[in-house]
Amino acid sequence: MRFLSPSTLQEALEAKAEHPGAVPITGGTDVMVELNFDKHRPEVLLDLTRIPELTHWETTDDGHTRLGAAVPYTRVIAELPTLAPALAKASRTVASPQIRNRGTVGGNLGGASPAGDTHPPLLATDATIELASTRGRRRVKARDFYLSFRTTARQDDELITAILLPTPTGPQHFAKIGTRNAMVIAVTSFALALNGRDRTVGTGIGSAGPTPLRAEAAEDFLTHEIDWDAPGLLPETTVRRFGELVAAAARPIDDQRGSAAYRRHALSVMARRTLTWSITDYRKETAPCA
Amino acid sequence: MRVNINVNGEDVTADNVWPGESLLYVLRERLGLPGSKNACEQGECGSCTVYLDDVTVCSCMVAAGQAEGRAVRTVEGLAEGPGKGGDRPLGAVQQAFIEAGAVQCGFCTPGLLVQTDDLLNRTVDAGHGIPTDSEIREALAGNLCRCTGYEKILDAVHLAASRRADTDTAGSPA
Repeated sequence: MRFLSPSTLQEALEAKAEHPGAVPITGGTDVMVELNFDKHRPEVLLDLTRIPELTHWETTDDGHTRLGAAVPYTRVIAELPTLAPALAKASRTVASPQIRNRGTVGGNLGGASPAGDTHPPLLATDATIELASTRGRRRVKARDFYLSFRTTARQDDELITAILLPTPTGPQHFAKIGTRNAMVIAVTSFALALNGRDRTVGTGIGSAGPTPLRAEAAEDFLTHEIDWDAPGLLPETTVRRFGELVAAAARPIDDQRGSAAYRRHALSVMARRTLTWSITDYRKETAPCA
Repeated sequence: MRVNINVNGEDVTADNVWPGESLLYVLRERLGLPGSKNACEQGECGSCTVYLDDVTVCSCMVAAGQAEGRAVRTVEGLAEGPGKGGDRPLGAVQQAFIEAGAVQCGFCTPGLLVQTDDLLNRTVDAGHGIPTDSEIREALAGNLCRCTGYEKILDAVHLAASRRADTDTAGSPA
C-alpha cells in the first residue's frame, strides 16, 4: 500500500489516472473506518487535503458558489449559511464537532451512501458536481449523479473537485430524523428549496431508497399551487397533499434504523414542516416594504 | 514511511509507519503518548480527540501521512511545563474535571479534556463569555461517557470556564 499526498490538482489527477483504484481521502471519516477495521485495503491512498483548489470556495460570475470538494463541514456551516442555506443546515446535523472539522461534501459524494446528509440539499437546490481527470473537466447535475446504490456518474480516473451551488432565490430548508440530535445516521431526511426567480420547487429525499431521490410529482404539484407573486398561507389540504406526494416518491426498505412505513410517514411529516417554514419565509421575503 | 509531526510543541519523527495507519496509532504506539485513547476506531466516541493544527479531530480518522508537517496537540499537551510525563502541573481544565468529580473510569476523559479546552478557546477566550449548557452539550456531543451521566462533566466545564474567565479578566488591562 502507498500513501500519495499531491500538492497540486494536476499531480492528483495524474496519480488517479495511473492508479484508478486509488482511494481518495480527505476527512477520513469513511475511509479510515474501512482501514481501521481491515475491511478494505486499497493499493494507493490519495490524500487530497493539501490541494489549495479543493480546500477553498468562491462565488462565480455566473451566479454560483463554487465549493471546493475538500472544504470541511465546519466551514460550510460558518461561511455559507446565506449562499447555501440548505447545505449549511444539513452540514450542521453531521455527526459531531470533531467529525465536522474533517468531513467534506466531496467525501459525502464520493461514498454516495443514500443516507449521506448533503445529498438532499444538493438535489433540492439543483447543484452541479464538477469532476476532473487528466482527460479534462466535466459537470454533472446532482440530479444525474446518483446512479444506483453507492454508484455515481464518476469514472474511475476522475476526482470530485467542486460542487457548484446556485445562488438562492428563495427559502431552503432541511430536516432529518434520528434517534438523537448528534452522531446519528439519518433514518430519513428531506430538503426543500423554493426558487423564486424561476418559480420552481426542488426536493431531495435521503435514506429512503437505494440512492438519494427527488420527489418530482411533489415538485410539480407545489410549483402550481404557490402564488409566486403574492404567496399566501397554503390550505391544509395542499400541505397534506405535498407530504403524501413526497412520501410516495420514496423507495424505502425495512432495516435496523427504521421500517419502510415509518420512513414514509416521517417523510410526509418533514415535507409538511419544511413547506410551512419555507412559505412563511417566502411571504416575509416577498412582502411589500411598508 | 516516515512521518514528521510537531507534537505538543516538539518536532518528532515516526519511522516504519504503515501508509494506512492512523494518527492515533502513531501517537500511542510509535511516539509513546498513550493519553489519547483507542476505543471505537470509527469516530463515534471521541476518546482519541486531539488538536490537528487549530481544530479538534478524532485522531483515529486521520491517516498518519495527513499529519505530516502539521501541529498536533494531545491531552499530554494540556498539562503545563515541558516534557510529557504525568508529574507536571495539570492545566485548568484537567484540574476542574478532578475537582468536579467528572472522572470515573477515565477512558473518555482525555478526549473530553481536549474538546473542552477547544470550547473554552472559542467562547471564554474569544470574548464570547461562559458557554451555556446547550453550547457545552453541543460541543461535547461527540464524546461518549458511560460512567458519569455527564452531569459532573457539565459541572467541570462550568468550573473551568468561570476560572478561565476570571484569569482572562485579571490578565487584561482595566
